[in-house]
Amino acid sequence: MQDYFYSLSDALFKKLDGDEQLLIGFSGEDSDFVRMNHNRIRQAGSVAQRTLSLDLIEGQRHAQASVELVGDSNQDLDNLAGTLKNLREQRALLPEDPYLNFSSTINDTEYHHDNEVIGSHDAVEQIVQAGGDLDLVGIFANGIQYNGFANSMGQRNWHSSANFNFDWSCYLATDKAVKSNYAGFDWQQDKLAAKMESIKHQLSILARPSKNVEPAGYRAYLAPSAVSEIIRMMAWGGFGMKSHRTKTTSLIRMLEQEQSLDKSISLREYHARGLAPIFTGSGFIKPDHVQLIRNGQYVDCLVSPRSAKEYDSVTNADYEYPGALDLAAGHLSSENTLKELDTGLCINNLWYLNYSDRNACQMTGMTRFACFWVEQGEIQAPVDVMRFDDSIYNLLGSNLLGLTEERELILDSSTYGQRSNSSMELPGLLVEELRLTL
Amino acid sequence: MNDYLNQVAQQFISIAPAVNSWTLRLTSETSETVSVRQGVMQPVYNHQASGALLIVAIGNGSGYAATSDLSPVGLKHAARLASDWARRSSVLGLLKADDYPQPAGQGRYETPVKQRWHALPLDEKVALLQDANRALKIHDSIVDWSAYLGYGCDDVVFISSAGAHIEQRFHYIQPALSAVANQGSQTQYRSGGGHNGARQGGLEQLALLNFPGAATSLAEEAVALLSADECPQGIMDVVLAPSQMVLQIHESIGHPLELDRILGDERNYAGTSFVTQDMFGSYRYGSDLLNVTYDPGRPEQLASFAYDDEGTPARREYIIRNGILERPLGGATSQARTSMPGVANARQAVWYRPPIDRMANLNVEPGESRPEDMIASIEHGVYMETNRSWSIDDSRNKFQFGCELGRVIKNGELKGLVRNPNYRGISATFWRNLAAVGNEQSFDVLGVSNCGKGEPNQSIYVGHASPTCHFRNVDVFGGAA
Repeated sequence: MQDYFYSLSDALFKKLDGDEQLLIGFSGEDSDFVRMNHNRIRQAGSVAQRTLSLDLIEGQRHAQASVELVGDSNQDLDNLAGTLKNLREQRALLPEDPYLNFSSTINDTEYHHDNEVIGSHDAVEQIVQAGGDLDLVGIFANGIQYNGFANSMGQRNWHSSANFNFDWSCYLATDKAVKSNYAGFDWQQDKLAAKMESIKHQLSILARPSKNVEPAGYRAYLAPSAVSEIIRMMAWGGFGMKSHRTKTTSLIRMLEQEQSLDKSISLREYHARGLAPIFTGSGFIKPDHVQLIRNGQYVDCLVSPRSAKEYDSVTNADYEYPGALDLAAGHLSSENTLKELDTGLCINNLWYLNYSDRNACQMTGMTRFACFWVEQGEIQAPVDVMRFDDSIYNLLGSNLLGLTEERELILDSSTYGQRSNSSMELPGLLVEELRLTL
Repeated sequence: MNDYLNQVAQQFISIAPAVNSWTLRLTSETSETVSVRQGVMQPVYNHQASGALLIVAIGNGSGYAATSDLSPVGLKHAARLASDWARRSSVLGLLKADDYPQPAGQGRYETPVKQRWHALPLDEKVALLQDANRALKIHDSIVDWSAYLGYGCDDVVFISSAGAHIEQRFHYIQPALSAVANQGSQTQYRSGGGHNGARQGGLEQLALLNFPGAATSLAEEAVALLSADECPQGIMDVVLAPSQMVLQIHESIGHPLELDRILGDERNYAGTSFVTQDMFGSYRYGSDLLNVTYDPGRPEQLASFAYDDEGTPARREYIIRNGILERPLGGATSQARTSMPGVANARQAVWYRPPIDRMANLNVEPGESRPEDMIASIEHGVYMETNRSWSIDDSRNKFQFGCELGRVIKNGELKGLVRNPNYRGISATFWRNLAAVGNEQSFDVLGVSNCGKGEPNQSIYVGHASPTCHFRNVDVFGGAA
C-alpha cells in the first residue's frame, strides 16, 4: 500500500504546471466489522477504503479534493488527472487564501505495525465461546489502518497499524448491563476470558433490586470511562486556538474570568503516544505533547496550520480537536476507591453529554450501564439511569476530592468515516458532589 | 442514469456468486463545499467516491463486503469475502434464511431540481457568501461569522439476484449562516439560513431556507442575546418552533421507534427503547393532536426516495395517529424478524456501510392552530427556537434540550428575548402534554444532517418537517449562575 501511494504521488507530481505545489494525503483501511447481538453474529463484513486527498497550490491560491482510489494505477491516474484539471479551474476563480500554511521543510517519517493481530473469524469464534450464555451485544473491528503524506517538495510520511477493538456490553435485562472493551495490538484469549468473568461478577450485583435515587447532589466516584465522556465534552471546541480567539470555547471563564480547576488537574495532548500519525495533512510534524492545562490553569491551545498563520503562532496539531489526551494521575489508590467514596454513587459510564450552558462549561448527560449505590465502601445496589447537570468547575474544581493513581488507556472504538485512532489515558475521580436532576 | 454504474452492474450479473441470494448497491458520490468565514474564503473542498456494497446470503447466514475496486476482479474478491462471512454467520448468526429480503423491484427516481448547482459559477457563489458575511458582521461584538454552501449528488444503482434493478439520483443542497456575539465571558450564537435545513433540490431551495436573507436578523439576535435575561425557571408552557421540534421529534419519537433498537441491535451503542413490540396498535404516545408520518414523498425533504437500500418501495405511512402508536420504523429485515409491519427505512449512510433501520423522513403533521392563537392562550411560558443542545437516555425517555433563543410569553403576549433556554422531560409523558399543533403556515421542512447510529458507525441525513407546537407542564430553566 505504501509503495502504491508513493508511486501514485510521484506520477501526480509530474503532472504539475509551473510553480504549482501539491500536498497529497492518504487514509485507508482493510477492516473486518462483526456486529453482534445476543452473542450471535448480527452483521459481518469486510471493508476496503483508500482515500487520497489533494491540495493544489499556486502562490496563495489553492483548492482541495478527496478521491476514492480504485487500486488500478492506470484508472486511478486517469481519474486523478481529471481532478487536478478541475482543481486548476476552480483555483483560478478563487481569491488568495491569507491563511494557507504548509510545511516547506522536509520531514520524512515512517511507522509500521503491519502484522495481523488475529484472524477475525478466529476472534469471533473465541468471543462467542467466551460469551457463553451471556446476552452479549457489540462490535468487533479488526484490521490494518493506513495514513500517508507526500508533497511535491519531496517529503514522505507513512503510518500503518494493525489492531483490533472489541467494544461490547452484556445485558441482564432492559437497561441493566455491563460495558467492556478490549482493544490493542496483541490479542490474548485469556485476557478476553478474564474480562468476561469480571462482567459475570458485576451482572450478579446488577441482579439485586435497584435503589431509587432522587434528584439531588451525591458524592460520587467516576471511573476512567465515565471521565472520558466529560473530557470529550471539554474537548468539543474547548482547546482550539480558533475557538479561544473567537470566544466560542467552553472554557471561556478560564480565559476571561481567570477561573481555574483544581491544582491536581494537568491535561496534555500527548502526540508521542504514537497511535495516530505524527504528521499532519500539511506536512508538519507534531510536537511530543501540548500542555493544555497545568495545575488547574489554562496553558496552551491546539493550533492548526491555518490558525498558526492567522494568529502568528506555531502549528502543533492537525486539527484543533485532541486525539491523544492524557490527564495526570492523582494519589488515590485505585483499590480503595470505594472506601474513599464511603457512601455515594459509583459511576462506570456516562453517556450522551451536551452543554446546558456552554459559557459556564456546564454539561448534562446520563448515567449508563453498571452504576451502583455504595455504602460504607461496599456496593449495595444498582441505580437506574439518572440525568446529571453540573459544571466542570465543580467536577474538576471545587468539588474534586482526588484522582486515582492508576490510569486507564482508552482506545476509541468509534468508526464514523473510518476506524478512529484516537485515545485517552485517564484516572478515575472522586467528587464531593455530582448534581442529579432527573 | 449512470452509465458507468449500470455497466458495472451488468458485468457483475455475469460473475455473480452461486449463493442463496445477493444484493449489490453501487454508489457514486460527489460533493462540493464553499464557505467564507470572517470575510476570508476557506478552502474549496471537492469529494468524489465510487464504491460497491455486496451482501450475500448463504443458508441462515449473511455477509457483506465493501470495495471501491469495481472491476470484475475486485467484485469477485468482494464476493469471496462476503461469502466467507455468510458461511461463518450461517453457523454463529442471529438471523434465519427467511429474514433476508429478496427484492425484485424495478424503478428510477431523481430529485427534482429547478436550478442546478453548477448553474451558478464558483466565483459568483463566493461573492454571494462574501455578501452574506458583510450582512452578518453588523457590530463590534460579532466576533465570529460565516456563510456556507454545500452540494452533494449521489447516484445509486441497486440490483439483486431476484431481479431488482433500481436507479436513483439524489441532489442535496446545504446552506448555513452563523453569527457569534461576545462580551467578556458571555458568548451567544445564532444559526440559520438552512443550518438545520439541508434539503434535496437545487439552488432554488436557498431562498426558501431564507439564505442569505436571514443573515442580518440572526446577527442582531446574537447581539441582543448578550444582554437578555436568563430564561426563567419553573414548570410552565412552552411553544417550540420547527427549528427545535426537529430534535424533539428526532430523539423522542424517531429513535425509540426504530425496530432494530427495539430488537436490541443497538444496545451497546445508540441504545435501546422504552417502546416494546406489544405497544404498537394501542399505546397512547401523545395527545389526540399528535399525528406522525413516515413520508418519503416530499421531494425537497432530505430522505425522500422511491426505494430504500434493501430495495423496498417507499410509501407514506402513519406512525402515530391521533396519539396512538401504529407502526415501527423498521425495514424489510426487521419486519421479517418481528412479523410486524414497518416502512422502507433500511438505509446506508455511505457506500461502505451496510443498511440498518434509520428514520428517513419523519414528520409531525400540521394541525389547525394559528401560532398567534397558541401564544394568546398562554399565561406564563417560553417560546423557543433553534436547537443547540440535545441529550437523552439510552432508552430514549429522559431528555434535555437547549435552544439558541427564547422569548418570554406573559398573559398571552410574546415579550422580550431570554438567553440559554433549556427544558427537560420524559418522552413517555411529554407528548401527552401536547396542547396545540400549528397549522400549515407554521410548518417547515427541515432535518438533521448528522444522525449517528450503528456499529460500525454511520452518520446520515434524516428529514423532519413540523409545525410550531405548544406543550404544557414542562420543566424549563436557564443557564448557570
